[in-house]
Amino acid sequence: MENSLYVSPSPHIHGGDSISKNMYGVLIALIPAFLVSLYFFGLGALIVTASSVFFCVLFEYLIQKFLMKKKPTIYDGSAILTGVLLAFNLPSNLPIWIIMIGALAAIGIGKMSFGGLGNNIFNPAITGRIFLLISFPAQMTTWPIVDAANQFPMTYTDAETGATVLSLMNEHALDKLPSYTEMFTGCMGGSLGEVSVLALLIGFAFMLWKKIITWHIPVSIIATVFVFTGIMHLVNPEQYASPLIHILTGGLMLGAIFMATDYVTSPMTKKGMLIYGVGIGLLTTVIRLFGSYPEGMSFAIFLMNALTPLINSYVKPKHFGGK
Amino acid sequence: MLRSFRIGGIHPPENKLSAKKKIRISDIPQQAIIPLSQHIGAPAVAVVKKGDTVKVGSLLAEAGGFVSAKIYSSVSGKINKIDNAIDASGYKRPAIYIDVEGDEWEESIDRTETIIRECNLSSKEIISKIADAGIVGLGGATFPTHVKLTPPPGSKAEIVIINAVECEPYLTADHSLMLEKGEEILIGVSLLMRAVNVNKAVIGIENNKADAIAHLQQLATNYPNIEIMPLKVKYPQGGEKQLIDAVIRKQVKSGGLPISTGAIVQNVGTAFAVYEAVQKNKPLFERIVTVTGKAVKNPSNFLVRIGTPISQLIEIAGGTPENTGKIIGGGPMMGKALVSADVPVCKGTSGILLLTKEESVRKPMHDCIRCAKCVNVCPMGLNPAFLMKYTVYQKWDLAEKEHIHDCIECGSCSYTCPANRPLLDYIRSGKGKVMNIIRNRKS
Repeated sequence: MENSLYVSPSPHIHGGDSISKNMYGVLIALIPAFLVSLYFFGLGALIVTASSVFFCVLFEYLIQKFLMKKKPTIYDGSAILTGVLLAFNLPSNLPIWIIMIGALAAIGIGKMSFGGLGNNIFNPAITGRIFLLISFPAQMTTWPIVDAANQFPMTYTDAETGATVLSLMNEHALDKLPSYTEMFTGCMGGSLGEVSVLALLIGFAFMLWKKIITWHIPVSIIATVFVFTGIMHLVNPEQYASPLIHILTGGLMLGAIFMATDYVTSPMTKKGMLIYGVGIGLLTTVIRLFGSYPEGMSFAIFLMNALTPLINSYVKPKHFGGK
Repeated sequence: MLRSFRIGGIHPPENKLSAKKKIRISDIPQQAIIPLSQHIGAPAVAVVKKGDTVKVGSLLAEAGGFVSAKIYSSVSGKINKIDNAIDASGYKRPAIYIDVEGDEWEESIDRTETIIRECNLSSKEIISKIADAGIVGLGGATFPTHVKLTPPPGSKAEIVIINAVECEPYLTADHSLMLEKGEEILIGVSLLMRAVNVNKAVIGIENNKADAIAHLQQLATNYPNIEIMPLKVKYPQGGEKQLIDAVIRKQVKSGGLPISTGAIVQNVGTAFAVYEAVQKNKPLFERIVTVTGKAVKNPSNFLVRIGTPISQLIEIAGGTPENTGKIIGGGPMMGKALVSADVPVCKGTSGILLLTKEESVRKPMHDCIRCAKCVNVCPMGLNPAFLMKYTVYQKWDLAEKEHIHDCIECGSCSYTCPANRPLLDYIRSGKGKVMNIIRNRKS
């Protein structure tokens, strides 16, 4: 016995937290949004999510095993999470072959080309989505019409399509918008995971409770968009929609709660998180109100991801006994 | 709202298995091994030689410098040899081996149970009695107490803060002492206040020791200048800077001494030792040690003579469990892993913790995912992930700019890291390097 004692520096105990616990925690937080997407988009939502997850995990496995010659880490849950988040950013009638390309862009370019989890600069799911948005603009911007009377529809690529709230707003057709209740519960067109603000907020509450994320990034993004679009609405209510519509529609909630809070690509300090969140909020609003794209969330996150290393090196935590 | 320190902190499972257990007096060992380096500072210099007979409480070694402490015999018997012995640090260092014969105490020591409350000594006399008794900080840091009670010129003590936090999981030595020696502790605190000429003391106790708080609060009605302050349970509240922040809401400046806030912090065990030294003429040669662990049959608090091999304590606590993987001197967060069970109990040994094999093995580490959990828990407001990176890449200038030398080595970062990164291992080594650079620049 005497010779078999372990000797190592302190601390001698560990809290038991792990990467996979956090990843699966986020996945659990996404369940309400997934259920809502099944309710409104039915079969299409299931096929898109399943194939996105499948291809993300597959590409991660293949790249790690054969290109990087490392032990695959597909069980840590991060590839599954990228798959789900990518799917949530896609229309539920997107063909599988396009999803496969998106997954390859997300995992291959967004994640593995930098060295895998922890080393990537950009959020992989957003990388995949932007890749698809630029490559397949038509397919990526026609969303199935949601019909509250038709639950769990059994349609996929054959679904009837229509415009989203944001594209209506971009065309200044403010009179055709759904009601606030419909927007809040998710009864509107859009990418499959972004429609229900209610479901996303439930996920947010879960992640706050489990201490997976802090409030700083989501709240600063949402507040910035609300204030900025609110000012524009006051200036010209004819042209610019109310701030409430802006925070209830598009990918804002999904992006603010689940995409912008990605550990690897967001700042580490509270102050840095607020700067990052305000930056995303400002960019999103600028793109939505003045850009040609109706939706600005993914571009805003993508651009602020690029600034994260800079924020990390200039914004330091509050130092004990410092000024 | 209970007070606590304001930056970072964690709450590991408390596992106070030996709480509320009466202090047991451990048997006198057959041979005591008494190291000459039991404190921070210069080793003590032996004043006895082979063949000398000593009694319990006889002087064995004189202080070896200004920052050093005397060492007394904990047993009576014959000096067998002065030779190297492996101590808690894992290194072989000089120690005095005493073959025990009987248990004969020095006449000057008052061995009665009577509590002596009156004291007419001056500040200087109290401090010199403390120095004479070889008292060092018993919380584990083992800084010579008389040095700490002599603030450098220009600084003035305003308050004595007693560290009764015992924030390390498992350890209950201070807790049991407070329950059984409450009055003596309060007298010791009064002596400390007198020694530094202040009329205010606060005993900070974490809220998980409600019985000790109630007990001391009741006794303190007779000591109007001593306040018992319950604190919110949070690690590392026993860190000197954290405790000062929690109690008087002042932060020690980076690179500054705690006394700059007007606070003198002493451990509650030290206060008890001060009582015994000043009122009972008893030098420091025994202390309370918690022996604990999930697989230990009978986790206990012992009153132990310094120099007793820890194997003997483990034996009375039910023996070494079959699957023991690690023996730690101190608590699980900041304690030292011991190389063998033959190491003797020293002045700074607050506990012996036995971890099972499963608890001892670290999990493999992954790349940093920048989740910033280490940043959130760091009680010094540092960025441990970056400090580790700077150490790996040997960027000492950046490490210094980010205050790596302010790290108190509490281990909250490594404890929290979901990627199992050994943050503190690297930061500790980087800190040593940077402190060396700073020292060389000054000279």
